[in-house]
Amino acid sequence: MNRTTSMMDPPAGWKAYSTDKLALGGVRVVDPSLKLDQRTDLVIRDGIITRLGSIPDRWTGAVIDGSGLIVCPGLFDMHVHLREPGFEHKETIESGCTAAAAGGFTGVAPMPNTNPAIDNAGLVRFVRDKAYGLPVDVHPVAAISLGRRGATLTEFSELIEAGVTMFSDDGSPLASAALMRHALEYARMYGAVICEHCEEQSLTAGGVMHEGAVSTRLGLPGWPSIGEEIAVERNIALAEFTRARLHIAHASTARSLELIRAAKDRGIQVTAEVTPHHLTLDCTILSGFDSNYKVNPPLRTRRDVELLIEGLADGTIDAIATDHAPHAPDEKEVEFISAPFGMIGLETALGVIYTRLVLPGKISLNRMIELMSSAPRRIIGQPEAAVRKGAEVNLTVFNPDEEWTVDGEHFHSKAKNTPFQGWKLKGRAVGVINRGIAWMRGV
Amino acid sequence: MNGVRFNHLLGLEGMSREAITEILDSAEAFLEVLERPIPKVPSLRGVTIANLFFEPSTRTRISFELAEKRLSADVTNFSSSNSSLVKGETMLDTARNIEAMKVDVVVIRHFAQGAPHFLADRISASIINAGDGAHEHPTQALLDMLTLKHQIGALDGLKVLILGDIAHSRVARSNIWGLRTLGASVKVCGPLALMPREVEEMGVEITHDLNEALAWCDVVNVLRLQLERQQEGLIPSLRDYQRSFGLTRKRLEMAGGDKVIMHPGPMNRGVEIDSDVADGSGSVILRQVTYGVAVRMAVLYLISGGERIIE
Ligand SMILES: [Zn+2]
Repeated sequence: MNRTTSMMDPPAGWKAYSTDKLALGGVRVVDPSLKLDQRTDLVIRDGIITRLGSIPDRWTGAVIDGSGLIVCPGLFDMHVHLREPGFEHKETIESGCTAAAAGGFTGVAPMPNTNPAIDNAGLVRFVRDKAYGLPVDVHPVAAISLGRRGATLTEFSELIEAGVTMFSDDGSPLASAALMRHALEYARMYGAVICEHCEEQSLTAGGVMHEGAVSTRLGLPGWPSIGEEIAVERNIALAEFTRARLHIAHASTARSLELIRAAKDRGIQVTAEVTPHHLTLDCTILSGFDSNYKVNPPLRTRRDVELLIEGLADGTIDAIATDHAPHAPDEKEVEFISAPFGMIGLETALGVIYTRLVLPGKISLNRMIELMSSAPRRIIGQPEAAVRKGAEVNLTVFNPDEEWTVDGEHFHSKAKNTPFQGWKLKGRAVGVINRGIAWMRGV
Repeated sequence: MNGVRFNHLLGLEGMSREAITEILDSAEAFLEVLERPIPKVPSLRGVTIANLFFEPSTRTRISFELAEKRLSADVTNFSSSNSSLVKGETMLDTARNIEAMKVDVVVIRHFAQGAPHFLADRISASIINAGDGAHEHPTQALLDMLTLKHQIGALDGLKVLILGDIAHSRVARSNIWGLRTLGASVKVCGPLALMPREVEEMGVEITHDLNEALAWCDVVNVLRLQLERQQEGLIPSLRDYQRSFGLTRKRLEMAGGDKVIMHPGPMNRGVEIDSDVADGSGSVILRQVTYGVAVRMAVLYLISGGERIIE
């Protein structure tokens, strides 16, 4: 399929290639689900991997020198906020997808907390179509309730027909246990999954950071761990009762992890994701009142961080998702209590996870790829990306040795609210190859 | 009296014993100035000070203004009722405006924790925190300590009880840091629902038994109870609060010994403190007000780069 005519421009400093005829020379191919880890050339014709072996002698297509680069199944971020429609000053589907590509993601699942909320099939198509011509799959998550108001279920049957596989009112947790029950029942009937932002809002009202010694010191209203855990516990109980699939968004506390582990042991169909920021930052960083560290759920304690990392390694946590939440600079640059929650993560996730978790040996490279590609795709019901002869290309290319410093000013996202500003990282995306398009940086 | 320099006074957390002592010593000198027939010195002539009050506060604002005028500074006031602040100007715009007006010192009272830090990170003027949300109120704690030094002498080993709504109190936080740094022991007493989590990590003990706490302490600093805590469900009723945590003459008599009684004001008489306690022997509540002016003079003076105080 030739889509060259409708291709959108790659990010500045990147080059676009067609996948009609493209070869990567001397790359390290890693695909944990195929138990594959080898150095080889990779040949693509008409958007299909035709060869994992030497580039043919009389090859006339483009050749990219891949020495030192890793090629793996395309990374998928199952929890992002692309802000369109309604908040295009923060991010658009195009700017968000460009940021995703620059960060090595070939697919994203945007949450429906837009204006209007993504609560009908027409809006699902609108969002998906906006990504046409980009090498990033946009797989919208639909709202559970109309307008995300927590009162009336959206029309699941039509949304399912429009391709929706995950439902969530992310950011507006379902206060009603009955509504959650019925959402789970409909999801089960159609083979979909409910993704819940677990927060008991009567316990977190007004809270702006983790409740504990640091919030006490700063005099800031607390968002206690129990506010998350009580909702995790309730929703797991409802998943067990309905025998439906529940996905816990951005788990942040040690006790949430225990609850998820126990539920899995009992055979309940629960999965969970954790964000890069909850895996690397704790609430002591808030001492300077920097609103870039204000996020919901809030940064927790060092102990929570350490146990979440263990949860990644032992399989309690299934996926890493960024919860990429862009805000305009002037929205964040206000008093801490007035600033909106959220931080961006698409362009830093790979580098942060590789530098902080893979290089020190806390998780393996294979585990990172599972957490960021195969697991999120499986949970959300997207076809698995595989580095296999005959497969449609859906690949991430990254340089594990590239050292770089995070600077929000150079992001492709419209937003700059990164909590990792100034971090020195090792490992960075070099390219994404998907949907007939290859975007490669500086090659 | 030299060497300790500070550009801002954002809080007492982390402030050294030397710095606190220098402020208190300077304040002693200014107390003496305040006794003079013409209680005014030219120390801050040519220094421009802006008082930004984003939250109503008559006492603290008047105390700062008086201190500034006694030091001969040029003073300008913004408060949320008579400036663009009501129109919702952002903190960032406020900061840029102050910078453009070339103000030397900003005294800021704000409902948002960290607002003084926000300004300090963005403008070149010196910032004095006159109370930021439930975070800190350093000049209040400094005046409380000056009062105690005068009343009792050294603070080392002194037993201070802070009584009331600890969770929402900037006065409590600043007092805890300052008193602990100067060697006092601090207990906090109040209902569990008004006790911030893990407050022990600030180096204090918690009790919910007022009688026991009174038997232990030399000083009681009674906090103001914001009446909206009842609507928030944090106290059952004012009456219920008063029964367990109101400071009464009877309780003090039961505890025995002389206690110094403090309150940052304004008081809810008959709720957190009874009138016969507030106005009775041991109360230093009005003296706190006088010492407040001296402490603020000292802070303004030191922050503006003054070395020797009085000619
Ligand atoms: Zn969420």
